[in-house]
Amino acid sequence: MTGLRRLNWPLAIGAALVAIFASAAVISLVWTPHDVTGMNISARLKIPGDGYLLGTDHFGRDMLSMLMAGAQTSISVAILAVGIGMVLGVPLGLAAAANRGGLDEMIMRANDLAFAFPALVIAILITAVFGPSAVNAIIAIGIFNIPVFARLTRGAALSLWTREFILAARVSGKGRTRISVEHILPNIANLLVVQGTIQFSLGILAEAGLSYVGLGAQPPVPSWGRMLADSQTLVGLAPHLALVPGLAIILTVLGLNLLGDGLRDALDPKLRVGRT
Amino acid sequence: MLGYLTKRLVSLLASLFVASVVIFSVVEVVPGDPAAFMLGMNARPDTIAALRAELGLDGSVVERYLAWVGGMMRGDFGISYTYRTPVADMIADRLWVSLPLALFALTLTVVIAIPAGLFAASRRGRAGDYSIVGATQIGIAVPNFWFAMILILIFAIQLRWFSAGGFPGWQDGFWTGLKALVLPAVALALPQAAILTRVMRSSLIEVLGEDFMRTARAKGLSSGAAIWRHGLRNALIPVLTIIGLQFAFLLAGGIIIEQVFALPGLGRLVFQAISQRDLIVVESVVMLLVFAVIMTNFLVDLAYVAVDPRLRRRA
Repeated sequence: MTGLRRLNWPLAIGAALVAIFASAAVISLVWTPHDVTGMNISARLKIPGDGYLLGTDHFGRDMLSMLMAGAQTSISVAILAVGIGMVLGVPLGLAAAANRGGLDEMIMRANDLAFAFPALVIAILITAVFGPSAVNAIIAIGIFNIPVFARLTRGAALSLWTREFILAARVSGKGRTRISVEHILPNIANLLVVQGTIQFSLGILAEAGLSYVGLGAQPPVPSWGRMLADSQTLVGLAPHLALVPGLAIILTVLGLNLLGDGLRDALDPKLRVGRT
Repeated sequence: MLGYLTKRLVSLLASLFVASVVIFSVVEVVPGDPAAFMLGMNARPDTIAALRAELGLDGSVVERYLAWVGGMMRGDFGISYTYRTPVADMIADRLWVSLPLALFALTLTVVIAIPAGLFAASRRGRAGDYSIVGATQIGIAVPNFWFAMILILIFAIQLRWFSAGGFPGWQDGFWTGLKALVLPAVALALPQAAILTRVMRSSLIEVLGEDFMRTARAKGLSSGAAIWRHGLRNALIPVLTIIGLQFAFLLAGGIIIEQVFALPGLGRLVFQAISQRDLIVVESVVMLLVFAVIMTNFLVDLAYVAVDPRLRRRA
């Protein structure tokens, strides 16, 4: 290896896009250009520019401020949903791989079943019973994430269990649980990070979809999906109302997907050997 | 072969059983009495009791579960709490929109993705490949309901080629009905086509590296003929799985697109039911969607065995 490695473009672009939206979300906690919920009828439906960088909606609310606050909702819902999926799915996958047989069979069958419930269907069921809210959106997307992580973890852990260093750990008297935590988990961490990024991006899309149909965050909590729902009847009159939140979703999801691809390349030693 | 079929059938029934128990239990925990809700505040207790009996709400949890499942098997989904009409009729009406929409979108997905994936894989690493991979990267990131709004903006509001929403029904002829589904189907299909294109591309690239492809070339087939006769068939196996999953997704995902275009499909039915707390409708539609997913996966598994002789022997 001489000199600089070739720049990992997906990683760089993805990280940059994600950083932009993540910092927008963080900044919105302390500062937004205008009041997020403040209406100003005299300044309604302004096109982007002059005073309002991304224009205003039909109530005269500043689109940029809403977008920043919406990023906060989207990102926190998606992160928490990935968290639920990992916290419940990874131990299930580890347990299934460590104890072949009955337990494994049971976990995997439950997994197959969970795949039959798309996030939207889970959300419909939860909202019908408990009413719509951002928390219920998190639960719905989180439940959807559990089998994804369980399956991934099991598959990767199974192949590790056949390796010599695991055998060595067993010979030295470590139990199955301890081996899973101390040896298997660190070795699949890369994989989990990559999948986590992908589920994160799916979570952003799902949250937007749910709040678009009114099953997610409720007013006055700002959200990209609801900004789009609000813009629906005005799209012919003021296209920027639909374009601004739409592009925000696309760029965030694109950024996360590129970041995932880039991380996979950067973290996978097999690919690295192939490239140098 | 027969052993595999039986095993698969048993697991299909088990999945359906557990799924129905899950759905039933979730709806069961809802507080409140639908009969009291339907009759309003001033209803007399004996009227409520009579309605409860009519709706099959008295009796133990197990009895009610069995009545629900037994009814569905006979095509009786119960009576809507708000409309007092059979849920089965309501669902059947809506399926005439949702099912054609899903099938239309699936057709578009396959028609776009298979050639695009084939093209990209056969030009791996060249400009054509890069532009298709780039396009799919963006296609995956686009929320379908947003894409739907943009389609409305361009093709309904600006160009006036299609109507912005609503559904005239099939009674005015097949083409009138189909025309109303064009924009919704395109909106549903494009993001799915992006996913399927990627699957098709990587599957074909993997197959192209196989020994039998080299043999096919060595015996004198042109690269196109080799892909056509040996590559495509083998590459289609993983593609089939994804198509199965996508059909189920399109049926459920159609719910959101139906909202955008104000189509009177299952989506509208379920959202109305949610806001009116018409739980029996929600319960039935959710069960139907889950049933569709489980059935599709089952059929795809069977198709696998039919397509791939190796699996047949192993099974």
